[in-house]
Amino acid sequence: MSTTDNNSSTAWLGSDRRRLIIQEYGIFLAFLLLAFILSVSNQYFLTPGNISNVLLQTSINGILAIGMTFVILTRGIDLSVGSVVALAGIVSASFATTSATAGIVGAPYSPFVALPIGLFVGIACGAIVGIIVSRFSVPAFVATLGMLSAARGMTLIYGGGKPVPALTPDFRWIGTGSVFGVPMPVVLFAVVFLVSWYVLNRTRFGRYIYAVGGNPHAANTSGINVSRLRFSVYVISGGLSGLAGMILSARTGSALPQAGIAYELDAIAAVVIGGTSLSGGVGRITGTLIGALIIGVMNNGLDLMGIQSYYQQVLKGALIVGAVMLDQKRNMGG
Amino acid sequence: MEYLLDVEGLQKSFGGVAALRNGRLQLRAGSVHALCGGNGAGKSTFLKILMGILTRDGGHIRRRGQEVAYSTPAEALAAGIAIIEQELSPIPHMTVAENIYLGREPSARFGGIDFKTMNRNAQALLDRLEFDIRANQFMMNLSVAQVQLVEIAKALSHDAEVIFMDEPTSAIGEKEAQQLFSAIERLKAEGKAIVYVSHRLSEIFQIADAYTVFRDGSYVGSGNLADIDRPELIRMIVGRELGEEYIKTNAPTGIAGLEVSNLTIPGKIKDISFTAHKGEILGIYGLMGSGRTEIFNCLFGLDTASEGGIKLDGEAISVSRPADAMARGLAFVTEDRKLTGLNLTDSVRNNICLASLPEMSPRFSMNRRMEMAASQDMIKRFAIKAARDTMSVSGLSGGNQQKVVLGKWFLRNPKVLLLDEPTRGVDVGAKREIYRIICDFAEQGGTVVMISSEIDEVLGMSDRILVMRQGRSAGIFRREETDAQSLVHLST
Repeated sequence: MSTTDNNSSTAWLGSDRRRLIIQEYGIFLAFLLLAFILSVSNQYFLTPGNISNVLLQTSINGILAIGMTFVILTRGIDLSVGSVVALAGIVSASFATTSATAGIVGAPYSPFVALPIGLFVGIACGAIVGIIVSRFSVPAFVATLGMLSAARGMTLIYGGGKPVPALTPDFRWIGTGSVFGVPMPVVLFAVVFLVSWYVLNRTRFGRYIYAVGGNPHAANTSGINVSRLRFSVYVISGGLSGLAGMILSARTGSALPQAGIAYELDAIAAVVIGGTSLSGGVGRITGTLIGALIIGVMNNGLDLMGIQSYYQQVLKGALIVGAVMLDQKRNMGG
Repeated sequence: MEYLLDVEGLQKSFGGVAALRNGRLQLRAGSVHALCGGNGAGKSTFLKILMGILTRDGGHIRRRGQEVAYSTPAEALAAGIAIIEQELSPIPHMTVAENIYLGREPSARFGGIDFKTMNRNAQALLDRLEFDIRANQFMMNLSVAQVQLVEIAKALSHDAEVIFMDEPTSAIGEKEAQQLFSAIERLKAEGKAIVYVSHRLSEIFQIADAYTVFRDGSYVGSGNLADIDRPELIRMIVGRELGEEYIKTNAPTGIAGLEVSNLTIPGKIKDISFTAHKGEILGIYGLMGSGRTEIFNCLFGLDTASEGGIKLDGEAISVSRPADAMARGLAFVTEDRKLTGLNLTDSVRNNICLASLPEMSPRFSMNRRMEMAASQDMIKRFAIKAARDTMSVSGLSGGNQQKVVLGKWFLRNPKVLLLDEPTRGVDVGAKREIYRIICDFAEQGGTVVMISSEIDEVLGMSDRILVMRQGRSAGIFRREETDAQSLVHLST
């Protein structure tokens, strides 16, 4: 009696792949529409300077959102990214500061020392969360909520609650430098995106992620090591948070203990707007890219139009919920 | 004579498939009535209609001679009909009294709950029924059998006259079952009527007065249990002689393929030993919960045995994860394809390749040509009906989904095929195709171990049959020397 036949309900769409494409186009069209409205209403919007500015503003959230996509695809969530941004930022900064009081002994070190250390801090935070989630079966929401608090606390302890200023120009290059006129954060964002796109769409690891998110039991009986995979997505998210934290402090020239507060919310928003399902297994990294760009463009455009940031927050909230409502409707209708 | 409940010609179809063609039951006051039938006989549909969960397509239900129609469980309950389901759903963090009076708590002043009265009433009820349960205990501290007793108390607190019990002993032990039976005896003495649904014939003969048998959605017969013996009842339940439904072309060899010795998982299975030969189909028959699936879980690294050994081709192997078992050439088609077999959010192609990803990505990146070829190959080989292999697997029919699962495992060229209910929820045509696939595999020298609760399937497909009863083996029999009656007898 339990046999259900949903042959007819999805037949008109042909395939889920096509449905995914429609979803992607849907969000892409929304993005183009937004860009069009902004370019018509403000002549400055489409200038190369502003486009570069939007991309620059999007890159940190974009990098975090890409890590978040890996996690959410496996039915998880990572609330700790904002705090890890601050911790990795401040630890790496303490190796790259010329300040006598804020740095560690022997500072400033070369960026070739400071950058791997920041990355390592992020990876370590991710690994701790990963172990808690995969070995001790603590829900990701709780494990990363714990890390959100703990990493922020460690940031304050490490810096004594004070910023780490006066970073070396060499270190700051990853935030302020550029390659062929493209700002470094944008270059790094592009590299992270392309690698992630390849990993998710073309490699064994990517298939594992979709399989574990789609049906962890079936993945397990098919010989996939589900807990190792869960562990690795938090490591990825942690590592990318570390990278984002260093870009942030490099851009501003000093690492602030209150950096990255509430960054997890924008990252989750980008993933969700991009059409990735919070119940796992469904979603595309290109959707996340567009989701992050929509948030960036909207913030920038509303700034240009002189709308107060208070209103911007309301609009962003409406956008997140609206995007998911459309998705739900499509899924139910399809 | 007036019946408490008199049901006639009850019908129900789902999407054109008849689940119930002619449901019939006549229930006398002060009696225990056994409702018998195999899986898919229509018993649960019948119960759901009586409870107002499903609406009937046709037929009559008379309650004390009065034509009735219930559209919700609450209406049925108000009319004195209660059901104790197989899957109990108590609220664990509430007390016994709170569970019994859920939704109709006696009120105190200021809209509060009069806990005192509630507890007193609940305790009085439990005492009258001679249940050794305190009303202020938390549900989560009770045993499964006690939870069932609370459910009975709850039914009686609604003044239920007719109580349906669906497989009440499937999750409890022998001693607790006897406790339940004495409660049933007391209810009978009070003039209530109990409809008892169970596969365990010995229980039926112990407590029931009358029986009704359903088969393939239709009423087959009824009468007093005093007038019928066990083999006769089994014949009524099983029905037809085995036709040409099954394909049997394999010939077992004498070479051992899979040898299992003294396999034990505490609390689940004990001392299971068997040898499945190359070219053989070894059937495992038993009721749900008899430890059938646990054997496979253990062989495939999903559960850990405390004792016992596994040999493959004469060589002892140890399996701690599914990947180990797969590397040794085992394949496991699980019981529930939606829960553990398929990734329903993904395509047919990706599902076929799901268990072979490392083989298809020699340098970490997936070899798309290999994936495409493998999926086309399996679709052709098993005649999977899919418009494209990139379509979602959730859009396929049950039979085709099952063939995708088979394709996933055949892609690995397994030596041993573990099949758990390989044809569940699959229509007759696709069933035959699946039998063909299984038989071909055995014919080419593969080893097959197949669990099934469909007795015809076990007898029709297996060379030998291992019967499971309560976590233990009740013996291994050659198909020629056994029949449906003795299999059912051995398994209960």
